[in-house]
Amino acid sequence: MVGLYARRRMTNRIIVSLSVAAAAFGIAWLVLILAELLIEGFGGLTLSVFTEMTPPPGQSGGLRNAIAGTLVMTSIAVAIGTPIGILAGTYLAEYGRASRLSMVVRFINDVLLSAPSIIVGLFVYEVMVIHMGHFSAWAGAVALAIIVIPVVLRTTEDMLNLVPNGLREAATALGAPRYFVIRRVAYRAARNGIVTGILLAVARISGETAPLLFTALNNQFWSLNLNAPMANLPVVIFQFSLSPYEDWRELAWVGALLITLAILALNIGARALAGGKKTQ
Amino acid sequence: MAVTTPAEASPRKPVSRWFAPTDKFFHGLTFAAAVTVLLLLGGVIVALIEGAIPALAKFGFGFVSTQAWNPVKENFGALAPISGTLITSFIAMLIGVPISIGIAIFLTEICPLWLRRPIGTAIELLAGIPSIIYGIWGLFVFAPFMQRHVQPALINAFSGVPVLENLFAGPPYGIGILTASLILAIMILPFITAVTRDVFETVPPVLKEAAYGLGCTTWEVARSVMLPYTRVGVVGGIMLGLGRALGETMAVTFVIGNAHKIQASILGPGTTISATIANEFTEAVGDIYTSSLVALGLILFFITFVVLAAARIMLLRTNVKGA
Repeated sequence: MVGLYARRRMTNRIIVSLSVAAAAFGIAWLVLILAELLIEGFGGLTLSVFTEMTPPPGQSGGLRNAIAGTLVMTSIAVAIGTPIGILAGTYLAEYGRASRLSMVVRFINDVLLSAPSIIVGLFVYEVMVIHMGHFSAWAGAVALAIIVIPVVLRTTEDMLNLVPNGLREAATALGAPRYFVIRRVAYRAARNGIVTGILLAVARISGETAPLLFTALNNQFWSLNLNAPMANLPVVIFQFSLSPYEDWRELAWVGALLITLAILALNIGARALAGGKKTQ
Repeated sequence: MAVTTPAEASPRKPVSRWFAPTDKFFHGLTFAAAVTVLLLLGGVIVALIEGAIPALAKFGFGFVSTQAWNPVKENFGALAPISGTLITSFIAMLIGVPISIGIAIFLTEICPLWLRRPIGTAIELLAGIPSIIYGIWGLFVFAPFMQRHVQPALINAFSGVPVLENLFAGPPYGIGILTASLILAIMILPFITAVTRDVFETVPPVLKEAAYGLGCTTWEVARSVMLPYTRVGVVGGIMLGLGRALGETMAVTFVIGNAHKIQASILGPGTTISATIANEFTEAVGDIYTSSLVALGLILFFITFVVLAAARIMLLRTNVKGA
């Protein structure tokens, strides 16, 4: 019996240390990646990064056009995707909570949530770029908007489901019509959660590269023309880091550092706003 | 008792009628948005099929069973990218799944309460890092490390061992199938961990306490109480991770080497469906070339859709949502 007990304790000790090691392993990658980004990128993080354009090889320059392009396309994508996501989430949580259509939409949305983003790029290429005849910032923004919708839909529905029914019933008993109950009561109660969803969506799309490769493409110059290719940080990082030029690679690291810091800040902000509620 | 006559009740009526169009409009608006999601999926399927038709019509079934990839002669077969996708995902799951479950056990059973949130958040932040960052880090930091330390050691360790000798055949390029698989394994960790942890938390405490009360060790509780109770959910989480691994693009594109060939050694360069599309789409000239790449996308969409749908059906039963 003593042998059996000792063996069980031994097995347990091994497995427990292995799972502690697994957790340390996971965190180690986060630390390693962040440390490398800081080491490679922080030195190049000067004012000229924000004031100068992406340079031709061998010259100094910055990322101004790429940063602006990313901001423009992300904003448009959020402006298109957020209303659709919130409205669809409202339908699932308020009007059609148990209907068959809601079940199908919920299922499809969950699949779209983790579908490969390069497929979205191919779709927008087929639907927009081919018909317009050229790459454009619009196509890039639409591709990103398609990624925003499932994220916002999901959080909106979850957050509306957390609003107690008593609130809705009280408002209805006072004679408020349905849309009034939803807009003035349910939305207000779920506001923080919905904003969290939007922040997470922004975090998700601001680093997306694959859907932009053949929609917005890239642009070496300053351009805010939405009907023309537009520079953006992820594609600039992609092209510069695979280039043989040392200056380009340095800029790629700076861009990578900028994107990662922005996304981590958005993620942590979203979590703080959700206040400990499950947002994932 | 006061009796309400119809005449007295009527002033209320016009007011509610006045609201009706707005209410109906808002209902219709939300309905349209919900249907948009379905139309999106339908649109993706139709657009991909339409784009893929020229290639599929020309090559037929040979498109998925041959590995010729010759843009000059316009002869395309997708076997190399398809097998590359499956092999990298398989190795990634082999490494990622046990580690993810280990982290989930750590977070639910071993970790002190005050550390659970910070460690859980740190793991979740791994999911927030964009795939291009994994790519650039993989190419400049991880691949050289593999080339200098890990791959030579693997080649030496297995030289002379039958089968494994071919699996780990040199030279050490740094980039290649194994490096891509390892990075994929790191990338899917947070997704599988999040779902597994959430389903572990659905195990009723009284079940675990009963087992602990009988004298079970932590590992015995995890293996004999928690895992059987949450089996479907855990498999759902694993499938969700698999869906991510299959479709992952940028990180793989950086480190896989982009070679259209199938070889025995996992140290050699290869390609995946998504890496092929990302690398070649903007440079593709000619309808058949473009169409072949779209056909690759269609195959990828089909595979990931089946995997992700299966994952969601399994997770439906557990009420855990996962990212």
